[in-house]
Amino acid sequence: MTLLAVLDHDRGKLAEASLETLTSARALAAQMGTDLHAVLLGADAEALAGQAEAGGAAVVHVAQHEVLVDYGPEAWGAAVAELAGSVGALAVTATGTDRGNEVLAQVAARMDLPFVANCTEINTGANDGGAWSLTRTQWGGSLLEDATLDAPVKIVSYGHHAIEAAPADEPGAGEVRTFTPALDGSLARTVVTDRVVLSQGVTLATAPVVVSGGRGVGSEEGFAILDELAAELGGVVGCSRAVTNNGWRPHKDQVGQTGTRIAPEIYIATGISGAIQHWVGAMASKKILAINTDPEANMVSKADYAVIGDLHEIVPAITEEIRRRRG
Amino acid sequence: MALNIAVCVKRVPAPGAKINVTADEQSVDAAHLGFTTSPHEECAVEAAVQLTEEHGGEVTVLTLGPGEAEEQLRYAASVGAHHFTLIPTDGTAWDPQRTAAALTQAITNSEAAGSPFDLVLFGNESADSGGFQVGVRVAHALGRPMVNGIKGIDVADNGFTARREIDAGFEVYEVPSPAVLGVKEGINLPRYPTMKGRLASKKAVVDTAEIDAAAGGQGKVRLHRPAEQASTTEVLGDSVEAVGAVVDILEELGVLS
Repeated sequence: MTLLAVLDHDRGKLAEASLETLTSARALAAQMGTDLHAVLLGADAEALAGQAEAGGAAVVHVAQHEVLVDYGPEAWGAAVAELAGSVGALAVTATGTDRGNEVLAQVAARMDLPFVANCTEINTGANDGGAWSLTRTQWGGSLLEDATLDAPVKIVSYGHHAIEAAPADEPGAGEVRTFTPALDGSLARTVVTDRVVLSQGVTLATAPVVVSGGRGVGSEEGFAILDELAAELGGVVGCSRAVTNNGWRPHKDQVGQTGTRIAPEIYIATGISGAIQHWVGAMASKKILAINTDPEANMVSKADYAVIGDLHEIVPAITEEIRRRRG
Repeated sequence: MALNIAVCVKRVPAPGAKINVTADEQSVDAAHLGFTTSPHEECAVEAAVQLTEEHGGEVTVLTLGPGEAEEQLRYAASVGAHHFTLIPTDGTAWDPQRTAAALTQAITNSEAAGSPFDLVLFGNESADSGGFQVGVRVAHALGRPMVNGIKGIDVADNGFTARREIDAGFEVYEVPSPAVLGVKEGINLPRYPTMKGRLASKKAVVDTAEIDAAAGGQGKVRLHRPAEQASTTEVLGDSVEAVGAVVDILEELGVLS
């Protein structure tokens, strides 16, 4: 009688999202009245067992296999599916990151069971094996869907940033069980073979400050003043989809449903109207400052703070004021 | 080596600043909205067309949806795809298991009638229902490798080199052919149809494949909008007069340190 939580790591470094996984899984296990088991996969995973224990895991399964040298969606999915069967898991969960949803989709395909991605709330009902009621996101979070999940083993992800990671009141027993899944060696076909690091330091997804520009910036060159402010704040520059489509910035700078979802301390959105495609990528920001000539813009009405006016005048003035105060 | 590539796309509404739900709470109110191809999949079509332009071959686009989804197939024709299959639904949204089973059947039928696909492309996830799984399920059913979130595809010796963006760079995957990949927006900037493309799209032959499959275990109850956060916007002022207040806030938030 277990809930199995899949934790993600990159060569021995626990993913920040896995702290969310442990937080949501503790609550889900309590609701189900079951133990929480965590599973870690791969060569460097065992060292993370302590963090899973601190997060409330009664048992920490560590999968080791020659195919599991690095992340591979098929190998991870096959290993988790096998473990779910052998421990008699009633449910399998993860956080809905790229990897989390991909692995659970692989698990579901292999077990021939449904998988509900990006839940915000789950009601496990009578815990008698019957259907669950849950709420999940559609349109990247612009819309919610109330849904039912009817399956002998429930496979669900929580949306990334849908809950805030919190430490456990007390650690779990943290019993480590190493296992070797019966993986077909051919699954190495989707294991990462190489990595290329493009940027050192802060990135859009992790930056404490994001200074973003939309159509209102007007040109590729117009972003120079945003680059300058971002540099002054130790942040990075983002943009809207309109900007990417115009070729003013590369797609990796795009904030939104089909770009990067950000969660900075403050998001400074300049010249961005705030279509839902953009908003869902920005809405996890702690604070939002909108700078826009249009006081009726969607971004302005959803922001915590707004300055009404021309970004081309305001943004350099902010940079100048910061420099003045710093002397 | 000429490539035979299939791309699965979905017709979705194109919302602006707000998204509304129909009175029966079962779908997006599209009365005043246009429709488009789900953005990741539009990029998947472009990626397929570029690969066949470089290496030769043909692109088959499949969609499962209402009859109106023919519009998205003709759009794909206008930007260079060659063959088109519509798997008609009654207009209701199919759950991910049912959708994947029908697409698997359609791909299998298409390969039996023609030649096998070297590559099947999906979008990373659909813009609307966002299930994050149909491509994975189809790949598993076909026994083919699948990696999602792909922002770069090159032809390699025995298959494809695929790149997936991670926080500070990208991961590289070497997948053997035949393969399935889920594409993300940003892999390319999709072209606009040319006049010649538009004319060709009118003449494109759209095959209809009547395929049904059993419903899966995920059931939709209703759609609704999230509660609006009772946010009141504090207007700090007009133009540069507000700059002092802006920097005060940056100081308070501790981001100036």
